[in-house]
Amino acid sequence: MAYVPLADQDDAHALHDPQTFVTKYIWSQDHKVIAIQYGGVAIFVGLIALGLSIIMRLQLGFPDTFSFIDPAFYYQAVTMHGMIMVIYLLTALFLGGFGNYLIPLMCGTRDMVFPFLNMLSFWFYLLSVLVLLASFFIPGGPTGAGWTLYAPQSISMGTPGYEGGILFMLISLGIFIVAFTMGGLNYVTTILQARTRGLTLMRLPLSIWGIFTATVLGLFAFPALLVSAIMLGFDLILGTSFFMPAMMELGEQSSYDGGSPILFQHLFWFFGHPEVYIVALPAFGLVSDVISTHARKNIFGYRMMVWAIIAIGGLSFMVWAHHMYVSGMNPYFGFFFATTTLIIAVPTALKVYNWVLTLWQGNIRLNTPMLFAIGFIFTFVHGGLTGLFLGNVIIDIPLADTYFVVAHFHMVMGVSPVLVLFAALYHWYPKVTGRMFNETLGKVHFWCTFLGTYAIYLPMHYLGFLGMPRRYFEMGSTDFVPASAQALNANITLAAIFVAIAQILFFVNVFWSLRNGERASGNPWGATTLEWQTPDTPPKHGNWGEELPSVYRWAYDYSVPGHKQDFIPQNEPGEEYEKTHHTAGGHS
Amino acid sequence: MSLYRDVTNKPWDQVGLPDGIENKPVFAVSNERLALTVFMIIASVIFSLLLVSYYIRMGIGDWVPMSIPTQVWANTTLLILSSVCLQSAVVFSRKQSTISVVSRAGLSFGIGGLLAVAFVFGQYQVWGLLAETGQGVRSNPANSFFYLLTSVHVAHLLGGLWVWSKSAISLIQGSTSEHFRQTINLCAIYWHFLLVVWIGLFFVLANT
Amino acid sequence: MAIAVVLFLLVVGTVIFHFASPWWFTEIASHWSNIDFTINLTFWVTGFVFIAVNLFLAYSVYRYRQRKGSDHTAVYEPENAKLESGLTILTTIGVVAMLAPGLFVWAQFVSVPDDAMEFEAFASQWQWSFRYPGADGVLGTADIQHITERNPWGINPNDPNGQDDVVVKRPNMVLPLNQPVKALLRSRDVLHNYTVPQFRVKMDMVPGMVSYLWLTPTRTGSFEILCEQYCGLGHHIMRATVEVMEPADFQNWLNAQATFADTQQLVAADTNAGQQQYAVCASCHGANGEGNRAMNAPKLAGLQPWYIERQLRYYQEGVRGRNPEDSFGQMMAPMANMVNSDQARRNVSAYISNLPQTNAAVTLPEGDAARGMRIYEANCAACHGSDGKGSWATDAPALAGMDDWYLAHQLSNYRTGIRGDHDGDDYGYQMVSMVKAMRTQQQQDDVITYINSLR
Repeated sequence: MAYVPLADQDDAHALHDPQTFVTKYIWSQDHKVIAIQYGGVAIFVGLIALGLSIIMRLQLGFPDTFSFIDPAFYYQAVTMHGMIMVIYLLTALFLGGFGNYLIPLMCGTRDMVFPFLNMLSFWFYLLSVLVLLASFFIPGGPTGAGWTLYAPQSISMGTPGYEGGILFMLISLGIFIVAFTMGGLNYVTTILQARTRGLTLMRLPLSIWGIFTATVLGLFAFPALLVSAIMLGFDLILGTSFFMPAMMELGEQSSYDGGSPILFQHLFWFFGHPEVYIVALPAFGLVSDVISTHARKNIFGYRMMVWAIIAIGGLSFMVWAHHMYVSGMNPYFGFFFATTTLIIAVPTALKVYNWVLTLWQGNIRLNTPMLFAIGFIFTFVHGGLTGLFLGNVIIDIPLADTYFVVAHFHMVMGVSPVLVLFAALYHWYPKVTGRMFNETLGKVHFWCTFLGTYAIYLPMHYLGFLGMPRRYFEMGSTDFVPASAQALNANITLAAIFVAIAQILFFVNVFWSLRNGERASGNPWGATTLEWQTPDTPPKHGNWGEELPSVYRWAYDYSVPGHKQDFIPQNEPGEEYEKTHHTAGGHS
Repeated sequence: MSLYRDVTNKPWDQVGLPDGIENKPVFAVSNERLALTVFMIIASVIFSLLLVSYYIRMGIGDWVPMSIPTQVWANTTLLILSSVCLQSAVVFSRKQSTISVVSRAGLSFGIGGLLAVAFVFGQYQVWGLLAETGQGVRSNPANSFFYLLTSVHVAHLLGGLWVWSKSAISLIQGSTSEHFRQTINLCAIYWHFLLVVWIGLFFVLANT
Repeated sequence: MAIAVVLFLLVVGTVIFHFASPWWFTEIASHWSNIDFTINLTFWVTGFVFIAVNLFLAYSVYRYRQRKGSDHTAVYEPENAKLESGLTILTTIGVVAMLAPGLFVWAQFVSVPDDAMEFEAFASQWQWSFRYPGADGVLGTADIQHITERNPWGINPNDPNGQDDVVVKRPNMVLPLNQPVKALLRSRDVLHNYTVPQFRVKMDMVPGMVSYLWLTPTRTGSFEILCEQYCGLGHHIMRATVEVMEPADFQNWLNAQATFADTQQLVAADTNAGQQQYAVCASCHGANGEGNRAMNAPKLAGLQPWYIERQLRYYQEGVRGRNPEDSFGQMMAPMANMVNSDQARRNVSAYISNLPQTNAAVTLPEGDAARGMRIYEANCAACHGSDGKGSWATDAPALAGMDDWYLAHQLSNYRTGIRGDHDGDDYGYQMVSMVKAMRTQQQQDDVITYINSLR
C-alpha cells in the first residue's frame, strides 16, 4: 500500500460536508462538534459527581444531621464520585474534549484521520455514561465498593450494589474503554501522520505533546483495567475464582476458592497509576501553552518539557505498586517502587521550574486563564510535594488510607487539573464560540475556586497526620480524634459547598457570553499556534478554507527581538525575520 | 536516526520549511495500517496481561492442568487455513486489476472469513463439550482461564469478522472499489496476528 | 498584582497553619520513631521547596506583570542548559536525601527481629478477634475451611500446636511493653487493615494469605485499632482496642484467657437446668418466651443462644440496665443476677432458644414497607441477613418475628445513647452508628414495617 502524502490527499479527501441539523450537530463527524459533545457530557456527569461529593461532605461535616444519607448511600456516593471524576470527567474532557478540538487545529489538518470512528467514540462514551447513571436506578443502587473496586469486597455481601451496581459499573467501564480506544487510535494517527507541512514534531505545541503522550499511556493502560474488569465480571457472573479467595459470607463458606485479591490490585494499579498521568499530562501541556501565551514569552526549556513529558509517561508504568505498600504484597517490592516513584519527581519538578522560569522576565497578562494557570502551579507544587511523602514507602505506612492521601490526590489530580481545565476553557472559549467571556465574572470564579479549594484541602492533610482514616461514614467516638477535628471537618464542608456554588459563575459566564459576549477576533490573545490562525472564528467545517496552512517556525515565537509584534504565528513565513537572538551553543 | 534528531534539535533556531513542501508523517505507511498496528499492540498488551495473570494464578496451588479436547486441534487447523486463504487473497489482489466477488482474490477473501466463522463456531462447541464433561468454567482455575482466554480471543476475531463481513457484503453487491485492496491487506495482517496469538495461547493452555 | 500578594500570603499562611495546627501525629507508642524522623526530614526538604518555588513564583508575577503605560517586553530565552541541569542535580540531591533514609528505615520494617513475640489479629466483616501462641510458643495452623460457629478463627482442630493457643473473641487485645511483637494478619472475608495510629505501622489483611508487621510497644496505655482498608458497609465501625501492659500484667492477662482447647471442650448446655432457672423469667417473658407487652418484657423465643447469653452478662456486669433513663433495662438488671455464672447463662440461653417460636404480634402502625426494604437491604441486611434471622458471624441477633415495639424502643435507645455507648458493650457502638440509617421516625417505622413482613 503506497503512502499518499496528505497534501495530495487534500482534494481527494471527501469531507462529508454536513447537510442537515442532525448530521451537523448530532451524528456529526466534525471533530469540533464531537469535542463539544464530549465536553458537554463530561461536564454534565462531572456536576453529578460534584453533587455526590457535597453529599459526602455534608455527612462528614455534620454526621448527625441529614436523614437522606445512610451508610450505604454514603459509600455509594464516595465510589461514584471518584469513578466519575477520574474516568468520565477528567479523562473524557481532556482527551475527548480538548484532544478532539485541538489536535486537528493545532496540527493544521481538516479533521481527524478517521472521522467516523471519532463519532463512534463519542456515542460509545455517551452509552457508557448512560449505563453508569442507570445503575442509580436499579435495585440496590450503584456499587459502593470504592472507586478502586477491590476484590473480593466489590462483589461480595456487605458492599452496597454488590450484585447489580458493580455489574453496571464493569459494563460501563468496558464500553468506555472501547470508546477511548477508538478515540485514541484517531489522536495518535492524526498527530503522527497528518500534521501539515513544515510541522515537525519539535514544532508541536506542548498541548499536543501532552495529549499525545497521555493517549499513548491510555492505550497501554486501559487494557489492564479491561482485563481486570473482565476477570472480575467472570468471578461475579460465572463464579470463577480469579480474584476471589476462599472466604466466609455471613457465616457461610462462599463457593470461591484460591483466587488472589492482590492480583486484582496489581492489574488495577497498572492501569490506575498511568491514569493519573493520563489526566495530568494533557493538563501539563495545555497549561504550558496558556502560560506561554499570556506571559508573552516562549515556554522556557521546550526540549526539556517534551522529554519530561515522555519520561514521566514511561516511568508511570513502573510505579504502580506504590499504591499497594500496605496491601500485604511482598514488602521487598517497596524498595523498587519507592525508588522509581521518587525518580519521577525529578522530571515533574523540572516542569514546574520551567513554568515558573517562563513567567520570569515575561510580560505577564493577568487575565482569567492566566490566573487559573498560576493557581495551578501553586496547587500542583503543593500536591506534588505531598506525593514525596506517600511515594517514600516507610512514610506511606502511617499515612496510607488516611485523609492525607485524600488531600494529596485531590490536590494533585483533582484541583490542579480542574484549574487547568478552567484555564483552558477560558483560554479557548473565544475560538470555540467566537465570543469573549466576561472577564470580571471569570476572575471572581477563579478566586472562589482557588482559595476555596485550598481551604478544603490544606487542612485535610492535617486530619491525615492525625490519623483520621478515609472512607469512614463517621468517626464515631474515637479517643485520638479531638473535638476540634470535627469542627475542622465542618469548616471543610462549608468551604466545599462554597466552591460548588461558585461554579455557577462559570456556567453563567459561559452561557451569558455565548449571546452577549463581545465578538472575538480570530486571535484575541496574540497567540502563535495554528488554531488561532484559522480563517474563520469559530472555525468552519474543514477548518482551513481553501488551503492548509504551512508551518515555518516553532510554537513559541513570543517577543522575538527585532520583531514589531510580540508574537509570530507559526504559519508566518520566516525568511523576512531573521532571529537575532541565539542561545549559547545554538546551531541550525 | 531521524526521530532522535527530530527530538533533539533546537526548534527555535530553525525557521522555514525544513522538509520542502510536503508534510512529514512519522511512519511511511497508510493511516489505516498505522492504526491497525497500534491496535494490535493494544491487543498484545491485553493478552500479555491475561497471561501474566494466568501464571500468577497458576502459582497459588489449587491448579489442576486441564486436558485440551482434540477438537481444539481441528479448530486451530481451521484458523491456520483461514489465515492462508487471506494471505493468498492478498497475493491474488496484487496481480488483479479489479477485485470482484468471483475473482480469485475475492473468493479467497470470502473463504478465509468463512473458515474463521467456522473456527468461532468450533470454539463454541468446545466450550459446550467441556461443560458436558464436568470441566465447566468453575471447575478449576485452569478451566476458568481456558474459557477466559478463548473468549477474549474470539471477541477479537469477531471484531475482525465485522470488518470482513462489511467488505464481503459489498463485494457480493458487486462493488469493485479500490478500497478492497487495503481491506484485504489489513484483514490478512490482523488474521495472522490473531493466529499467532492463538498459537501462543494454545501452547500455554496445553502445556500448563 | 492581587495574585502575587495572595500567593505570598498563602505561603505565609500555610507555614503559620502548619505550626499552629493542633492536628498532628498522635503521641507515638512504639519504637518506630525512625518513621517520624523520616517524615520530619521530608517536611524540611519539601517545605523548603514549597516556600522557595512559590515565593519565586509570586515575585515573578509581581515583577513582570503587565502594567498600564509600561512598554516592558518579555525576554526571549528558549532555554538555559546550565540552569536546567543545575536544577536537575539539585532536585536529584533533594530526592536522594529523602529516599535514602526512607529505604533504610523500610529495611528495618521488613526484617523482623528473631525474638519477636508473635500474635495473630483476625479480621472479619466487621469484627476483630485475636490469638496468642500458648505455652509452646507456636500458633497452630488455621484455614477458612475449619471455620464454624464454635471455631470462628478457623484453627485446625487436628494441629496439636493450635490446642494451647490463647483465643480472644472480644475486640480487646493486650501487648507487653518493650517486647518486640510481630502481628500475623489474617482475614476471614474481604480486605481489612490493622491500624493503630500510635504505633505508626499498618498493614492490610488479605483473605487467603498471612501478612505481617512488627513493632515494640514503648508506652503503656489503651489504643484504638482501626480498619483502614475499605471493607464494606461497616468499615467505619470495625474497631477494637489494644492495651499495652507491663510484661507481668500481660502474662496475668494471658493466663486468664481461654485456650482454643478450652473453647472446644465446653460442657454442653444443660437445658433442664436452664428450664428451672427460666421459671423466674417466665413470670414476665411468658412460659414460652413469647413476651408480654404489658410488663415491657420482650419476646425471647427465636433469639440465638449466644445473643441471650451476652445480654445477660451485660445486665449483670452493668453494661446494660444502669442508665437511669433505661427504665426497662433497670427492671431487668437485678433479674439477670439470678444467672450469675457462665454455665448458668449458657443453660438458660440454650433453653430459651429451644422454645417454640411463634411470630410476635404486629403492634406498631404501618409504615411504607417498600421504603423500609430499601433502607433495610442497603444497611441492615449485611449483618442481620436479608431474612432478618441474624448471624453468629456478625454477632447480629434475629429481628424477624420478634416484638416490633421492643425493636423500636431499642433503636431509640441506641439513638439517644442509652444503649451501646458503654465500653463493655463490644458491638453496641456499631448499632449506635448504624441507626443513622433511620434518622427520622418515618424511616424507622418503614424499616420496622418491613422487618414485620419478614416472617
